Amino acid sequence: MTTTDTQHDLPIVRALNVTKAFHGNEVLKGIDLDVHQGQVVCLLGPSGSGKTTFLRCINQLETIDGGRVWVDGDLMGYDDRDGQLYRLTEKRIAEQRREIGMVFQRFNLFPHKTAVENVMEAPIHVKGVDKKTARAEALALLERVGLGDHCDHFPAQLSGGQQQRVAIARALAMKPKLMLFDEPTSALDPELVGEVLAVMRELARDGMTMVVVTHEMAFARGVADKVVFMDGGVVVESGAPRDVIDHPQHERTKSFLRRVHAEEEHRVEAVTALVGLEGSADGDPKGAGQPPAPDGAAGRAGTSSSDVD
Amino acid sequence: MSAETADRPGRIDARPVRHPGRYVAIVVIAVIVAMMVSSAVTNANWDWSFAFQIMKFKPVVNGLWRGTIVGTVGAMVIGVVLGVILAIMRLSDNPVLRGVAAVYVWFFRSIPRLVLLVMFGTGLGYLYPSVSLGIPFAEQLGHFIGLSADATTVGHIDVAHLSNSIIIGILGLGLSEAAYMAEIARAGIQSVDQGQREAAQALGMSAGKSMRRVVLPQAMRVIVPPTGNETLAMVKDTSLLSAIPISVELFFQTERIGSTTFKIMPAIMAAVLWYLIICSILAVVQSFLERKFGRGIGNQRADGGLRARMLGLAGGGPR
Ligand SMILES: Nc1ncnc2c1ncn2[C@@H]1O[C@H](COP(=O)(O)OP(=O)(O)OP(=O)(O)O)[C@@H](O)[C@H]1O
Ligand SMILES: [Mg+2]
Repeated sequence: MTTTDTQHDLPIVRALNVTKAFHGNEVLKGIDLDVHQGQVVCLLGPSGSGKTTFLRCINQLETIDGGRVWVDGDLMGYDDRDGQLYRLTEKRIAEQRREIGMVFQRFNLFPHKTAVENVMEAPIHVKGVDKKTARAEALALLERVGLGDHCDHFPAQLSGGQQQRVAIARALAMKPKLMLFDEPTSALDPELVGEVLAVMRELARDGMTMVVVTHEMAFARGVADKVVFMDGGVVVESGAPRDVIDHPQHERTKSFLRRVHAEEEHRVEAVTALVGLEGSADGDPKGAGQPPAPDGAAGRAGTSSSDVD
Repeated sequence: MSAETADRPGRIDARPVRHPGRYVAIVVIAVIVAMMVSSAVTNANWDWSFAFQIMKFKPVVNGLWRGTIVGTVGAMVIGVVLGVILAIMRLSDNPVLRGVAAVYVWFFRSIPRLVLLVMFGTGLGYLYPSVSLGIPFAEQLGHFIGLSADATTVGHIDVAHLSNSIIIGILGLGLSEAAYMAEIARAGIQSVDQGQREAAQALGMSAGKSMRRVVLPQAMRVIVPPTGNETLAMVKDTSLLSAIPISVELFFQTERIGSTTFKIMPAIMAAVLWYLIICSILAVVQSFLERKFGRGIGNQRADGGLRARMLGLAGGGPR
């Protein structure tokens, strides 16, 4: 994890006064954000606060109406010639996106391709890497996310947690400078959340710069260098996790956190009931601390007795 | 698991539901089939041996190949390629492209194929005895600045000479087919989850590449079955080519034999049998394509299913 000494470097992401409206409905009302090399920033906020929209503005899946976004010094989507902006061609925008990996809530794996083909696709057809090299790298990445022996499975043959780990490997295959995660675990059954968070934790430890939209407070508290709380299209407060999560200053943050905690407790009860083990819940409700099982069967871990220590 | 005991119910040994209606239906169908077979065998007017002979006549085989099969393949190639292009235009952000595609589909779906083929066959040669491929008004402009017409013309096609040929028939059927294929392809493209395109673009693919590499292969699953239908319809619609008029075509040839030999039924049956053979082959091709594009989707779980694996019941075990 990075410390404050990287703060004077040029940030990997710099967003300034980003605004965005859908059909006159202003969803982002001037967002500022700096993310430095190796930092993990978690975006928190209630539903509809604009977290997803902001994330998609960073890699230009949405065009912004106002403000600027730079990624690694590149102005996203536009060419700035002496103060006059010129829209980049679709091809140039595609090139800018290569540097940015994105992981979606619903995985969005290519269903007609196997796990390893999903991972190989972009290196071969975007970067022009030869097939053999791409395959070797893809297998190494799948190994890294704990799915080495699932490489020939189709997405439909994998559990949600496994699919999301393939999706992470697919994004990593482009060797991005920055990874964006949009609620990567919220479409997962509770017992599968831990294996995905573990991979993300590992990634953070290896120094990847990450922006993560999440409701997983344990993850935000444990991994994030900075937490940003958004509501109604503005940043309400941001800072170190212990400040924002444990000592929130604003009423909106407080009430949001209360709701999330209540929900989390509810979920822990659900998991406990499902797994039938009282002990596994304390402190680390979703097994967030476990590394992914190397055979990718982490989803099974909940039912085995070995993790009740 | 547990042994059968007096108080615990054991293996089910129930009587199935009876379906008396089915037996009645089977008997009725059997009688009708028997009548048809008996007629086909005993009525000499069917003259099967002559029908088989007709099937192998040179002009018939020639018509089958150069008319029916070449016509079908050519028209479907134009139809599918142009149809996919039209579908992409129809879904684009550009209102001009959208409008052009919509008008095209409206026009060609409104005109009966027979009328279209007559129009192409006789009308084109009548209106434009010769077609020059060049820049619009270039000839007039060139004349104005003192160039000869030859210098401004890129290619030169003699339409009156072509109009009897299969090419015009293929073009007529293909352009008409494209209008139907455009709608089929559009439904296919729209059936693919928006997240697929976004995932492809997030990986740095251009819009074109994500369409080709990610969206279309998945859309094919929806596109193939109705395209199979269209192809079968096209095999049969090549019999309309005689309206161009084209004589090198299966039905035209068998009919001519029928009317010159007065063996009407054998001649028709020869054509019917050929159509049956071609369409059967196409059905096999279709099921092959469906399997190819259904890759990754459907029941491919060899290991007892997701649920079982997640619960650790299916073994599969660690390495
Ligand atoms: N493509 C779109 N067209 C119109 N409105 C949109 C679109 N995308 C998002 N919105 C609106 O923008 C607002 C913010 O949406 P966004 O998805 O960014 O919220 P979020 O913070 O990610 O919420 P959640 O936690 O539910 O994912 C919502 O009111 C949503 O209805
Ligand atoms: Mg969202």
